[in-house]
Amino acid sequence: MTAATTTTRTPDPLLQIDALRVEFGPAASPLVAVDDLALHVDEGEVVGVVGESGSGKSVAALATMGLVDPPARIAARRLRFAGVDLLAVGERERRALVGKDLAMIFQDPLASLNPCFTVAFQLTEVLRAHGSSAERASARARRERALQLLRQVGIADAEARLDAYPHQLSGGMAQRVMIAMAVACRPRLLIADEPTTALDVTVQAQILDLLMQLQARERMAMILISHDLALVAQAAHRVVVMYAGRIVEAGPAAALFDAPRHPYTRALLDALPEHNVGRARLQALPGVVPGRDDRPRGCLLSPRCAHAVQRCRDVDPAVLCADGREVRCHFPLARPGANDA
Amino acid sequence: MSDGASAIEDVQAAGTGAGGSWHEAWNAFRAGRGALVGMAIIATLLLAALGADLIAPHSPIEQARDAALTPPAWRADGTRAYLLGTDELGRDMLSRLIHGTRLSLAIGFVSVALSLLVGVPLGLVAGTFGGWTQVAVMRLMDVMLALPSLLLAIAVVAILGPGLANATIAIAIVLLPHMVRLTRAAVLEEIAKDYVTSSRIAGAGPWRLMFSTLLPNCVAPLIVQSTLGFSSAILDAAALGFLGLGAQPPTPEWGSMLAGALEFIQRAPWVVTEPGLAILVTVLGFNLMGDGLRDALDPRLRR
Amino acid sequence: MLRFLLRRLALVVPTFIGITLVAFSLIHLIPGDPVENLSGERGMDPARRERLLHEFGLDRPLPAQYASYVVQVLRGDLGTSLTTHQPVLDEFLALFPATLELALFAMLVAVAVGLPAGIIAALNRNRMADYLVMGASLAGYSMPIFWWALLLILFFSVDLGWTPVSGRIAVQYDVPAATGLMLLDAWRSDAPGALRSAASHLVLPSIVLGTVPLAVIARMTRSSMLEVLREDYVRTARAKGLPMRRVILVHALRNALIPVVTVIGLQVGLLLSGAILTETIFSWPGIGNWLIHGVQSRDYPVVQGGLLLIASLVVGVNLLVDALYGVINPRIRHV
Repeated sequence: MTAATTTTRTPDPLLQIDALRVEFGPAASPLVAVDDLALHVDEGEVVGVVGESGSGKSVAALATMGLVDPPARIAARRLRFAGVDLLAVGERERRALVGKDLAMIFQDPLASLNPCFTVAFQLTEVLRAHGSSAERASARARRERALQLLRQVGIADAEARLDAYPHQLSGGMAQRVMIAMAVACRPRLLIADEPTTALDVTVQAQILDLLMQLQARERMAMILISHDLALVAQAAHRVVVMYAGRIVEAGPAAALFDAPRHPYTRALLDALPEHNVGRARLQALPGVVPGRDDRPRGCLLSPRCAHAVQRCRDVDPAVLCADGREVRCHFPLARPGANDA
Repeated sequence: MSDGASAIEDVQAAGTGAGGSWHEAWNAFRAGRGALVGMAIIATLLLAALGADLIAPHSPIEQARDAALTPPAWRADGTRAYLLGTDELGRDMLSRLIHGTRLSLAIGFVSVALSLLVGVPLGLVAGTFGGWTQVAVMRLMDVMLALPSLLLAIAVVAILGPGLANATIAIAIVLLPHMVRLTRAAVLEEIAKDYVTSSRIAGAGPWRLMFSTLLPNCVAPLIVQSTLGFSSAILDAAALGFLGLGAQPPTPEWGSMLAGALEFIQRAPWVVTEPGLAILVTVLGFNLMGDGLRDALDPRLRR
Repeated sequence: MLRFLLRRLALVVPTFIGITLVAFSLIHLIPGDPVENLSGERGMDPARRERLLHEFGLDRPLPAQYASYVVQVLRGDLGTSLTTHQPVLDEFLALFPATLELALFAMLVAVAVGLPAGIIAALNRNRMADYLVMGASLAGYSMPIFWWALLLILFFSVDLGWTPVSGRIAVQYDVPAATGLMLLDAWRSDAPGALRSAASHLVLPSIVLGTVPLAVIARMTRSSMLEVLREDYVRTARAKGLPMRRVILVHALRNALIPVVTVIGLQVGLLLSGAILTETIFSWPGIGNWLIHGVQSRDYPVVQGGLLLIASLVVGVNLLVDALYGVINPRIRHV
């Protein structure tokens, strides 16, 4: 008998998505919102997902949460969270996970809160569904915890806010309430879909700080979806770049922003005002994101890419992996990004 | 206006603005099968009404006492001479129903037309001039709306006396506040827009402004309201007829045909079912078409 | 909240004044001699006519007449019926509970069936259940309700013999009118079979009167639910892992009900219109029936007083509905 050799195994990722595809519309001519998406998030990791509107980032998140309804079609080779197969799971089990271990906050906090109920009602509701046995049993315990949560998310005068209605809150405060609701049961993964986009600039930084604090303290994994590169650069460990429903590049945040390998990532960086000082116009890619009817046969970026050659237009590139970075391109950029003239 | 349809109208935004081209609207209209069925029904009724004298096998008022309460032709004791049977005075049901179509459509058309003729200018004036004019007009409309539609119609008929013409006027009065409200709402929506302001700056006087600029944009919701008003008018006319306050015998108006029907309900149920079905089908046709028009003309409400 | 109510009340005043104006002018608009119309006497000798003219105050200038009319109304004097010689207000108050009972049960039917039907239609959008509900509702408000009543009578009373055709309770029961609501009074009277009789008399009229409100409520609930189900906060509720039943019945419905409550309130007018027809067919002794007889027999004090009272009733209920709306929708309370 041999003793089993102990090997330090890297634990399985908390969230594993492989070849996720989400389609809308008639099956004969579908609108493909997400195509061949592969994503993994480890415990305590912050993954940033960037891309312009329509890139499929929100849809992918919603599909993971189980919030995309028929007649839309979801398919994936793998969609696992904490060991549970989200595609095969029954409704009850899914509901036991969602709101508890897997939580999400959305872009427009004032629209995301029910105008007919107080903050207390909406906050304690989560506790009653997923909280500890004490919280589930006692209304007072729930209210106490709700107060605690509001203070945790930085709301001064929590007592008064608890009984307020959403329309009496500011955008920033509403987002704090949303965050409180999401972290109430200490989720293992929080998906934040454009959490600061709808807020005032001054408030944006505060909310981001709050999220980072909570993330660090609870060692919560987070998916931060945003079109704001600066935001993601600040907060994320790893970044994933999406275009027209596909991942075009992925890698550690610093490396990716320092030396992007995909022309699209390069273009996103080039379009930032900071990289356009002294120019009359922002550098932008010509053309538009392909919709349903004009998807190119080859690389999806080929109609707009300055480096595109015939191969790009004919053959869809596969994902190339090298030292922790992924790129979906035939000719990844090799040079570190310097402002191209 | 029958409170049923109007309740829905009043609560949903009267913002059936001039969204989209007419071509788009026609396509949307065609796509709704309900609307097409409605149109088909109305077309058939129109034909029946216009050709009543030719189509009806008998005279609608001629009595044949010995053929009283003859069952419809499909029953064993029926006869081909009276396809839908006869009423208690031996009058042919089919002929009465066909002539009744003419009456119902006429009532609907005249009352809607009257209410538009008075209501649209009132609404335009109230919306354009604002101030006391608006307050006065809208308060008056509120008073008219405080009375349930049938009661208002009855009040008018109480003053004017029973009869088909008076019933038509009464119904026009009932429809009036809805037309005024709708027009004013549409005017208020349009008046805030830039093209109106530039028109005013260019020197357009209020009258020209009202009729050439504002009116065309009110057309869409008015068309929908008129179609639904039609169905309301027919129901109200039937109700008045039923109560003996509308068309008087021997006029073959569907509602008054039902007036004395309760006593024959056991012996001759067809006397009860047939006129009612006629009303139902007609009103259904207009409601279907009105719904279709609303869906087509207001892109926001397209389901 | 109080300020909100007071403001609404203030808006009602001009409408009420308008109603009194209309009621007042009714007498003068009716063709014929106002004295004859008000007294019910025809072909009086001139001396008597002079006296009555003075008694009715018809010889004074119109504004003065109107003023004293308003004063009279506020004091509760709405004239005397020409047929029964009873004060109009007394008759109205005596007959009103019958209509109230009918209207309440009609509304009960309408909400109890219409609301769930609308929700089911919204949840099954564009499937069979949806088409059925929408089709039935369309038929419901497209048909004349007096015909619908006749059909139901034909089927349930004549063919099946399950329900009676007229009145509020079988003739043999003499139930003391304590509340005026037959169902309650029959129950309290303990007479065997009285409650059952009262209930069976209530069934068909309630269904008939409630049909159009039912159709309207079903439609409105459906469209309101469909809109609400698309809202962000419903998505949030689902993201919290709440059971669908709670998401729909608590989060969605509460918001969806807001426009529906408005519509329910607007049904009052509809109910009164429908009551006239329903009461006529079922010989239900309520104010609708009373008013129609007044019109048909040219009992003008009844017509004038009845219209005034009914219109005021509608305005009053609308005010109540507004208050209820303020309770359900917190947003407007703080406006």
